[in-house]
Amino acid sequence: MSICSDHNAPNPVFENPWHAQVFAVTVALNEAGRISWSDWAARFSETLRRHGLNRELDGGDDYFMAWLETLESVLAEQETALPEEIHEMRAAWEEAYLKTPHGMPVRL
Amino acid sequence: MPHDDHDHPHALLPPEPALRVKALETILTRKGLIDPAALDEIIDTYQNRIGPQYGAKVVAKAWSDPEFRRALLDDATPVLSEMGFYGRQGEHIVVVENTPQTHNMVVCTLCSCYPWPLLGIPPGWYKSDAYRARAVREPRRVLAEFGVELPKGTAVRVWDSTAEIRYLVLPMRPEDTDGLSEEDLAALVTRDSMIGTGLPKVSA
Repeated sequence: MSICSDHNAPNPVFENPWHAQVFAVTVALNEAGRISWSDWAARFSETLRRHGLNRELDGGDDYFMAWLETLESVLAEQETALPEEIHEMRAAWEEAYLKTPHGMPVRL
Repeated sequence: MPHDDHDHPHALLPPEPALRVKALETILTRKGLIDPAALDEIIDTYQNRIGPQYGAKVVAKAWSDPEFRRALLDDATPVLSEMGFYGRQGEHIVVVENTPQTHNMVVCTLCSCYPWPLLGIPPGWYKSDAYRARAVREPRRVLAEFGVELPKGTAVRVWDSTAEIRYLVLPMRPEDTDGLSEEDLAALVTRDSMIGTGLPKVSA
């Protein structure tokens, strides 16, 4: 397959807003001394390797899915954010979206 | 907005991973571990400020100033720090120079380590399995797909980045560029030429 059919096209830095958000959360935690970058790279590499076993990752959404999964597991291990906590907060956000009239800012 | 109100009586539900990221952000913010304003600053920096124009400035300076070039090739990290380009993750940056004998190309086979302070966030293809696997295995074919044909006598050397060491390629200065200012030279330096998957533009 060709890697670079559109490598000259100007691409947005982050394809989706959540890519930028999850990136920024990780960098912020690193700068606060809560995640070392070499540990992060090792963990993230391992997730990418595992995800890439059965299919070829394209470096877009799948790349940031692996990023998010890695971050969640690091935070769970540190007991900084436990899976139950994330699950509940995620549900709270979903409910907030569903209850907020279209066009209004969504708040918890 | 492309959506009509009657199609969406409530706010549009973001995709599943976006909800999970929002949940993390809320939890970490409430625990005082991150500051939403700092997140905005990080996103703004990488989205709007840091990009290949920084790397291009370094390359153009190296083409113009032999002493700077020597210092850069010798130990780039302090030289770049002095210019205000340093890694937020404390990584070292190594500059590798293309010559008629050797063409350098950069990859991160394990994830996507990249010289952020000089090039910003890597493009999608740099993060793809295809590039990460094939850059090492068949660099000449990959280069050909990028439209780069090297003379037969030029060897390709592939550098595998790590969390600690990130590489920047110093491409060869294009011919017929004598007398160009650093600014004009920088305009010839493409992002891909600093990853090694491209060559600088030809002087107009």
